[in-house]
This record gives sequence, C-alpha cells and structure tokens, in this order.
Amino acid sequence: MMRIDKLWLTTLLAGLIPLVWLLFDIAFDQLGANPIQALHIRLGDWTLRFLCLTLVITPVQTITKWRGMTTYRQMLGIYTFFYASLHLLSYLLVDHAFQWRMIGIDIIESSYIWLGIVAYIIVFLLAISTPKQIKKYLGKNWKKLHRFIYLAVGAGILHYFWQLKGNLVEPLFYLIIIVLLLGFRVLVWLTNRQLSKMMIPKSRK
Amino acid sequence: MIIKTQKSIAASEITDPLIFKQRRQIIKSLLAITGAGIAPAWASENKPMWNKLPQGDFSAHDLTPTPLELIKNYTNYYEFAFNKEDSTDLAQHLTIDPWSVEISGEVEKPTRFHLEDMVRQQTLEERIYRFRCVEGWSMVVPWVGFSLASLLKSVKPLSRARFVKFTSVHEPEVMPNQRSNAMLTWPYTEALRIDEAMHPLTILAVGLYGDVLAKQNGAPLRLVVPWKYGFKSIKAIVKIELLEKPPLTTWNQAAPHDYGFYANVNPNVPHPRWSQNSERQLNSRFFTPRRQTELFNGYGEQVASLYRDMDLEHFF
Repeated sequence: MMRIDKLWLTTLLAGLIPLVWLLFDIAFDQLGANPIQALHIRLGDWTLRFLCLTLVITPVQTITKWRGMTTYRQMLGIYTFFYASLHLLSYLLVDHAFQWRMIGIDIIESSYIWLGIVAYIIVFLLAISTPKQIKKYLGKNWKKLHRFIYLAVGAGILHYFWQLKGNLVEPLFYLIIIVLLLGFRVLVWLTNRQLSKMMIPKSRK
Repeated sequence: MIIKTQKSIAASEITDPLIFKQRRQIIKSLLAITGAGIAPAWASENKPMWNKLPQGDFSAHDLTPTPLELIKNYTNYYEFAFNKEDSTDLAQHLTIDPWSVEISGEVEKPTRFHLEDMVRQQTLEERIYRFRCVEGWSMVVPWVGFSLASLLKSVKPLSRARFVKFTSVHEPEVMPNQRSNAMLTWPYTEALRIDEAMHPLTILAVGLYGDVLAKQNGAPLRLVVPWKYGFKSIKAIVKIELLEKPPLTTWNQAAPHDYGFYANVNPNVPHPRWSQNSERQLNSRFFTPRRQTELFNGYGEQVASLYRDMDLEHFF
C-alpha cells in the first residue's frame, strides 16, 4: 500500500521543479553560449543530486528510526532514472539529432562516455526492478542488485571528472558527499559486526 | 606557392542575404551599446574602430559569424578564471594601454614596438575564420588583424630561426590564477614552427566585428591560427621570440599526452578522453546539432602541405 499524503505529493511535485526550471531557461535563452553543453550538465547534475538524495534516505532512517522512508527512497530513485534518461536522450537527440554514425564514433573515442553508460545501465536495471512482482521474483537478489547503486554513483562522478580539462571543483562536491555516505554505511556495518561478535558465546570459540 | 582560397561551403551554412542584413543590424546596435565599455583610449568612442576593412583573401565571408555577445561571454582565459563566463568581468582589470611588444631572438633587428606603431605599419584586414576549441565547440569569428609574416619580415629573421615563441602578459596583481600559481605554469606561452608562423593564414588579431578586441578575448593583441585548436591562439601577447630550438609551450608542458605541440585540428586523432570527430558550433539557435569536424579545421587546401611527410597521429 502506498500512502498518498501531503508530503508524498509535495515530494513528487518537487522532483519536477528542475525540469520546469530547465524548460523555462531553454524557452528564454538562459543557457549561455553553449546551451547544449549547459543542458547536458544541468541534467547530469540533477541525476547525480537525485542519486545522492536516494542514498541519503537509508542513513536518515537509521538515525531517526522514522518509518515509511522506503517510499521516498523509491521515488527519488525513479527520479534519478528519469533525469538520467533525459540526459541520455538530449545527448542522442538534441546534441546529435540521431546521427548514429557520429554518435558511434563519439562513444567509441570518448572514454568518459563509457563511464556514463555503465552508470546508466545500472540505474536502468534498478528502475525496471521497482515493481513489486519483480522485487518478489528476485527475492534476496533484489538487494544484491540494488547495492550496485554505489557502482553507479562512482561511475557517474568519474564520468563528470573525466571530461574536464582542469577545473575539478564541481564533481569534487559529489565525491565528498558520497564518501561521507559510504563512510556512514561502513560505520554501521562495523558497529553491527562488533555487536554480533559480542552476542557470540565464548564457549563456541 | 599558389594558395587556393575558396573552399566548398555547404548550402546550409550560407545565410540568406536578408537574414544576414538583419543580423548585421542587430550586431551594429549591439556594438553601439557595448563598444564604449571595452575600448582602450586609442579607440574612438561609440563608433566601431574600423569601417569597411578589406576582406582578406582567406576570409570565409560566406560563413555566418557567431554573435558577438556569445564570443565575448564564452572564453577560456585561465589567468582570470577556469570557467568561461567570469573572465568577462575579471579581464576588465587588465591595463592594455599603453602596451608594448618585444620581438627578439634570432632576428637582425630586435625591436620593442609600441602597439600603435606596430599596427600602423601593418595592413589590417577582416578575416572570418572558423575557430575550433580542443574541448569540442567551435565558433565563426570575424577577426580584424594583420599577417604575422609581414611583422616578422620587418625585423628580418635569421636563417637559424626555426620556431616562434609567444609569451602572454604576466600580471599577477590582476590575474587571480597567476597570483595563486594555479594549474598551469605562468605566464602562458605558445609556439609555432617558423613555416606555420609565416603562413598567410596566420594573423595577429587586434579586433573583432570591426571593433577593438574585448579584453576577455585577448586584447590588445592575440594570435589566431585557424587550423589549430584554440589554445594555440595565445592572448595578450607581450613577447615574440624567434628561436633555433622548439620551446616548451604551456598546455603541452602541463599534459603532453593530451595536448601536442602541433595541435592541428584533426577529427581522426581523438583526445585521450574524448572524440574530436564532431563539434558544437555555437550560434544563436538552441537546436544546433553537432557538425563533422574537418581536417585542419577546413583549411587543408592551404596548410596540408606543411605536414606532408608527417605522421599526424604521432605529431598531434
């Protein structure tokens, strides 16, 4: 059962703000001298931001012990997929007008794009395994599959780093966030291990 | 040497004369608004500096120039900023009047020129050139400039001179990234082989769209080598040296595997991390799909002979 309440609806609508904002900037020519690159960066940035937000949910839940957070994690995950898809589509359509030969050469010769593809495939798989039936079907493997989100975020950040000529400030921001989030998970894992060790009776050693 | 100057231009790139006229009108009004703010003292106020300059033989006058506002607000001027927008304001702190340029090294007559005197001795032309950045974007720029060869001949190069090195201004007080010694070795330097420097396509530019260069575009004097990636076209030149040996150049020194000495535009030689096969040509329309990048940026007829026996993948 999905609870449709005010907060849920607000989150849903808030997720569309970056898109509306972007369309507004396109319509009023606010994307600068290289609008297509600006479009790519905007959509890529929002993909990474939603990915980070998705990863924030579990630590928040662990700390606050709030219930029902998984619904939001799912929604943010779907928004990650949504913006990643727009990012890919704008590359194929707006940037290249579906000139497949040019796209092919660009992908083969640009190693930074390979990282983007890896990230997208993972996000795509995570998104299509959202429905309950598929989740049930996958069983324990679902959780294993969804751990790949860390690979996706790593590839996504590298995809950003790898195409720059020198200034690395922007992707560095995401890297710090992700290191913090991962650090938190490692901390939780270590604590749990410590606890479970303490549970084991000495005689079994 | 016979140099053919015309090349085939796709019908889609030729502008309807009416639209061209309208654009010129828009450009003129833009110049009227912005001209005063960027002009050094030796430029007349409000009016464009040069009217009806001769179009050099090498000017692609059938190409539609990128709007001035885009050219002025999308620059790689790392001395000021690592993004392309901030140097528009930051560069205004640079003092460009008076300006002198030293020409020295393997020449009979080493000279220190006042910029005005140097320009007065040369014939200014408008040259509409393609400009291709190594990052994968390009513009069409109506430069105002003069032949570098003509300047070099005036100081009589010695036969020993095989390379020409250019050095940008070093002003750490107004250039934040020089002050903090960030990223590159300052001041910025570039170099050409002597035959590249003497090639009639190679110019020193002092203007843009019939007016003096904006500071962020490299005022008061910059190099323009249209068949090479933009980073070769060094800005705010204070020194030109003729040398026997190839000098180190800034980007080549910083990342030799990424940026070669030659840096000729070549769709077949990718950058280690990205393709150079296509480019985004910047203009006023949002929906402008990428165009195929041309070997030597479309100037192959004029310059391919300079590299006849060279493996362009090795000498990238």
